[in-house]
Amino acid sequence: MIYLDNAATTKMKDSVVSAMMPYFTETFGNASSTYTSAGQAARKALSEAREKVANAISADSKEIFFTSGGSEADNWAIKGVALKNKDKGNHIITTTIEHHAVLHTCEFLEKQGFKVTYVPVDEFGMVNPDDIEKAITDETILVSVMFANNEIGTINPIAKIGKICREKGVYFHTDAVQATGAVPIDVKEMNIDLLSMSAHKFHGPKGVGALYIRKGVKIENLIHGGAQEFGRRATTENVAGIVGMAQALTEAIENMEEKTAKIVKLRDKIIDGILETVPYTRLNGHRTERLPNNTSFCFRYIEGESLLLSLDMMGYVTSSGSACTSGSLDPSHVLLGIGLPHEIAHGSMRASLSEFTTEEEVDSFIKAVGPIVQRLRDMSPLYEGVER
Amino acid sequence: MYSEKVMDHFSNPRNVGEIADANAVGTVGNAKCGDIMKIYMKIENDIIVDVKFKTFGCGAAVATSSMATELVKGKTVDEALQLTNKAVVEALEGLPPAKLHCSVLAEEAIKAAIQDYYEKSGIEKKIECSGDCAHCHAHHE
Repeated sequence: MIYLDNAATTKMKDSVVSAMMPYFTETFGNASSTYTSAGQAARKALSEAREKVANAISADSKEIFFTSGGSEADNWAIKGVALKNKDKGNHIITTTIEHHAVLHTCEFLEKQGFKVTYVPVDEFGMVNPDDIEKAITDETILVSVMFANNEIGTINPIAKIGKICREKGVYFHTDAVQATGAVPIDVKEMNIDLLSMSAHKFHGPKGVGALYIRKGVKIENLIHGGAQEFGRRATTENVAGIVGMAQALTEAIENMEEKTAKIVKLRDKIIDGILETVPYTRLNGHRTERLPNNTSFCFRYIEGESLLLSLDMMGYVTSSGSACTSGSLDPSHVLLGIGLPHEIAHGSMRASLSEFTTEEEVDSFIKAVGPIVQRLRDMSPLYEGVER
Repeated sequence: MYSEKVMDHFSNPRNVGEIADANAVGTVGNAKCGDIMKIYMKIENDIIVDVKFKTFGCGAAVATSSMATELVKGKTVDEALQLTNKAVVEALEGLPPAKLHCSVLAEEAIKAAIQDYYEKSGIEKKIECSGDCAHCHAHHE
């Protein structure tokens, strides 16, 4: 199997598994059992992990709150800020191409009486900071813009948006689930108030993530109960998961430049290789301002799920934003958001790499795509009469 | 998840292609929704002697087209008109609920081709459709 679906999830590193193991069987104490030695050992691991995660984004360890994953972090950031600051205003700004964890949370808040502005993006999926600035009113309490898009990989001008929000006195949240561990993040320099991350996107375990909340940000709790996470999020701490997340993130940011250079080279090889060998194909997202591991294409005259299935049968694991993979009749909101017509958006494929992806795998993949696309086109009534 | 039968008909679709001297051609679906099926038939003495298809769509769309053509090949026109989407689904050993509309499309494609045959041969008959216009988009009154 050649795995090119790392934007969906990644393989855990052996070193991460090893780091986690003792916390299942030996150091299994409840980190909140403050007065027992078993609890203290778990607590120590927890605070070390918090320190590591904080360091990775230039935050203070008291600003890191572990969650069950990226979706919980997004829900907490948006609902928590909205509920706590509703006396200040009821307006939230986000974009049309956010992850559903953000979009559906905003739609939920609209039903509760909040007003949401969905700022459109350009043809590359990039948000214009001026559009965000223009959308801010006296009622605005929160701006939420994703760091990098999960489908098409485009990286947004986060520092510029952060600066605008700070100057206007509006909280700025970014869903950095795809970006964390992949590109450098400095929450202080970028004026980020809240940031969501998820461990399984950077070779850590599933079921654990974190929300960075800048000191001083007014936010309501989402999960009520015990006093875990400095009294901000109840639930017995997932110590093994948290230790794994910290280990994975620490490794992800080690020699980041070197690793990025290698992945970008392979990414560009796929982009150039496919655009050169497969006619009637477009690259989705920005050519350079994109995640090091993301490639996304639309192939005309064919449907994405057929392509995904055909590739999978040959051992290449990818994903598609076609309607057929989502269970609805509409293709991905991201592809429609960058202005693609339905019939083109239906023919999408995302191939996402990791540091484990090899040049041989990439070469083999590039060779495989053309003939599969051609076979599906030969079967497609839309391809009749099209010049070969 | 698709059944083995669906995967078989998706990976080795039967009757793919065009028929140069077809006397019945039907197209249903539209590109916006992500499914188009085009059925070609050669009908002689009321019998479907050859049938081929071309499909733009997901795995289920290809598999239902393939199965529907298999089920009507060699049959009389009247027998082919008895084909239901349910029969196509059963022959494929089931479809995920979100993909059932593909089987409706396959049934409609067969009917659209036969309607075309009636019109071309001056037979004044109107075939009743399923009424699922949101998926079918066949051009008729």
